[in-house]
Amino acid sequence: MTFTLPDLPYAYDALAPYMSKETLEYHHDKHHQAYVTNGNNLLKGTEFEGKPLEEVVKGSFGKNAPLFNNAAQHYNHIEFWKWMKPNGGGDKLPGRLEKKITEDLGGLEKFKTDFAAAGVGQFGSGWAWLSVSKDGKLEITKTPNGENPLVHGGTPLLGVDVWEHSYYIDYRNKRPDYLKAFVDHLINWDYVDELFSKV
Amino acid sequence: MSLLSRRHLMMAATGIVAAAAAPRLAFAQATTAAPTGPFTLPPLPYPVAALEPHIDAKTMEIHHGKHHQAYVSNLNSFAKDNPKLASMPVPEVLGNLGDVPEAIRTGVRNNLGGHANHTMFWEIMGPNGGKPAGEVLAAIDRDLGGMEKFQADFNAAGGRQFGSGWVFVTVSKDGKLAIETRPNQDNPMMDGKRALLGNDVWEHAYYLNYQNRRADYLKAWWNTVNWNKVGERYAAAKAGQLGV
Repeated sequence: MTFTLPDLPYAYDALAPYMSKETLEYHHDKHHQAYVTNGNNLLKGTEFEGKPLEEVVKGSFGKNAPLFNNAAQHYNHIEFWKWMKPNGGGDKLPGRLEKKITEDLGGLEKFKTDFAAAGVGQFGSGWAWLSVSKDGKLEITKTPNGENPLVHGGTPLLGVDVWEHSYYIDYRNKRPDYLKAFVDHLINWDYVDELFSKV
Repeated sequence: MSLLSRRHLMMAATGIVAAAAAPRLAFAQATTAAPTGPFTLPPLPYPVAALEPHIDAKTMEIHHGKHHQAYVSNLNSFAKDNPKLASMPVPEVLGNLGDVPEAIRTGVRNNLGGHANHTMFWEIMGPNGGKPAGEVLAAIDRDLGGMEKFQADFNAAGGRQFGSGWVFVTVSKDGKLAIETRPNQDNPMMDGKRALLGNDVWEHAYYLNYQNRRADYLKAWWNTVNWNKVGERYAAAKAGQLGV
């Protein structure tokens, strides 16, 4: 199996003004495409050729940095596009998910604050995550570069890209403004719930 | 603020070979720009548009006025409870991060690293920067295979640095050069080494002008290098007097 670039699940201008058409064009067509192209080149001749993406990500972590970086970023971006939608965010969450967020993370409002803070606190390029840990609890974490909760035994439910390429055209240095817009207007909670229901 | 820290900050802001009167002026400007101290944003030694078209004015304005300023502001908040941070020379702090109180260690690594990296970065760029010459050119020929190979290798290393970071030329006490990368705002001083020059490959350094095309930025950046200043830094490094 080789990596292929999925289409965006919405139009390039569908997330404006919170994420512009220009940002999505570069982010999807150039950055994600580069991870796909580089990942395929780096896969050739390795034990991971033909393996499912998640296996490549987990298996290459700590062993083959260039392959891991590209495979993990391919995985992260496939999901990232689905973690957003037009008119996303809001306070109406599917019941079971909301209950779990309240139990483990102190409620939706606290989640929003803590998730955005994780993104602000990730120094340099990386991601902030909501994931289910090995012991079944929800947790908020941050990781550098392409790293993600999969390699720590967790299951990602939601992630936000805090590489500068994700927000620099629209927000410049103001990463907190980008994260607030992501949380308030972009999160596709239905997809988060779909992932949660599979755990 | 102690005499040592004032002197150190002046050195950082102006480069170490400046005449005696110049540091006072630069220090006064920096104090006006950021009155909260003890850490201050060194003024750009040229107008924000001076490096166009290779680096655009908007990028310079945000990079210097927002990103670098943020490192300076964060350092000042650390220094409130840890005044020693501002009175010790930067290489001594960064070379001994294990001695920094744990509560602020990562913050100091990131923000003092960022302050040192950017102070160097503004200094080694400029319009009409001349050409590599003299001892530093001889060292490039000897250690890095000549200008053409050096630039190709430096660009390749900058391209390979995955995510935010820097590509440096480090210089040892005996004047030997090497190309090295570091993630985020780490600086060779953290390993007891010194940067002769370096290029910022955080996306904020080039995204407005080059977007995803880091390779194009790395190539164009050579047009901004102030070789006169690099030559001065090389001489200072060999004399054990390089600032940051």
